[in-house]
Amino acid sequence: MMSDPRVHEALIDRLGTELVPVRRLLPPWLRTAGWLSLVAALAVGLLLHYGASPMLRRWAATPDLAWAGIGAVLTAVGAAWAAFALGVPGRHGAWAWLPVPGALLWIGASGLGCLRNWVAPGTEVAGVHQSADCLVFIIAFSIPLSALLIVLLRRACPLRPVLAAVLIGLASAAASASLLEICHAFDSAATDLLTHALAVIVVVAVNAAMGGRLLSKA
Amino acid sequence: MVQALTATAFMGLDSGLLRGMSLVRTVPAESAAASESPDQRRSAWMAAAQAGDRRAYEKLLADSVALIRAVARRQGVAQDQLDDVVQETLLTVHRVRHTYDPARSYDAWLGAIAGRRAIDSLRSRGRRDSRELHDEFALDNHPDRDDASAATESEQRAQRLREAIAGLPPGQREAVEQLGLHERSLSEAAELTGRNTGALKVNLHRALKALRGRFHGEP
Repeated sequence: MMSDPRVHEALIDRLGTELVPVRRLLPPWLRTAGWLSLVAALAVGLLLHYGASPMLRRWAATPDLAWAGIGAVLTAVGAAWAAFALGVPGRHGAWAWLPVPGALLWIGASGLGCLRNWVAPGTEVAGVHQSADCLVFIIAFSIPLSALLIVLLRRACPLRPVLAAVLIGLASAAASASLLEICHAFDSAATDLLTHALAVIVVVAVNAAMGGRLLSKA
Repeated sequence: MVQALTATAFMGLDSGLLRGMSLVRTVPAESAAASESPDQRRSAWMAAAQAGDRRAYEKLLADSVALIRAVARRQGVAQDQLDDVVQETLLTVHRVRHTYDPARSYDAWLGAIAGRRAIDSLRSRGRRDSRELHDEFALDNHPDRDDASAATESEQRAQRLREAIAGLPPGQREAVEQLGLHERSLSEAAELTGRNTGALKVNLHRALKALRGRFHGEP
């Protein structure tokens, strides 16, 4: 059976009558910048409340924590940008790799911090109670940040909803972990690192499970 | 379910893949104005359509039908499903037309949407087929009371198939498990296994050949 264009004429005609001018989607980098400006606003709020000096003092004492913080910020930027880029049909799938270098720095530097703590103990080690605070902080900040990303991406057309949802989860978890750096009261330790890892996994997994469904309707 | 796998399922998968592998090139309608490529022309039409130009939009959609069919055929969509994929793709194009950036290729944008709708179609087709197969098996599994050997025979057949699949080389077994038994799409299976879709197709093809050889060799 050869293609018969007349089969689709009725549909094309109907879509033609429904045509109204549309406002084009902003380019992915601009949409990323929009979301990041919310993260930046939250950071400013936290900095006004806690001040920058505890964070800077901690970073000066343990440079690997500073690197981990930079890694988390790069992960958040990369994952959000990748999610927005992949929300446009026809963009190359390789965008999904954008957050990987930042994530490697984040994980690597956090792991080093943890190792240093084992090698030279004596710094204040996070108790289970403080670690639970980290968990709550990351998850609590991730919820609105994820929700905003989902709303923004529903206006686009993510053809791979689960991949987009994983990127959303990664972006919001990394952004929350970056914000946590500002008001983190203690040094990195094994329990703390595990809590962070757990929080990030929870946020990514919840997004993959829920976001995929929320996004695929778009 | 291994029991749901019959020769029919294999044949269906196989012929779908063969169709998918015979690459069908897009033959765009020749334009009188040869100065711009068909892709550029469609891109200009879409830019006009985003601003509300109905004539450009209708020309664009009519022009897109052949492209969508080519993409769907390449993905292995059966001939009688092609028009459904075209309709679904046109509806999606209409809904997400604001996501098109006229600075980029229209054909790549349309191709990505058509490819996704083709996968959706293959998936729902696969689900339907597997339900029908389950029903056939329900009949097989509930033979007349005095025909107790039929159930045993059916179980033995399934067992032989399970063993044959387990005996395949790892790459081929993976392809059969992901594409045949779990009914995953090529791209999903590629994501899960870390292999590219070409390698998966080749592995499935080889596995089916090996299994057919084995079962046709035996009584």
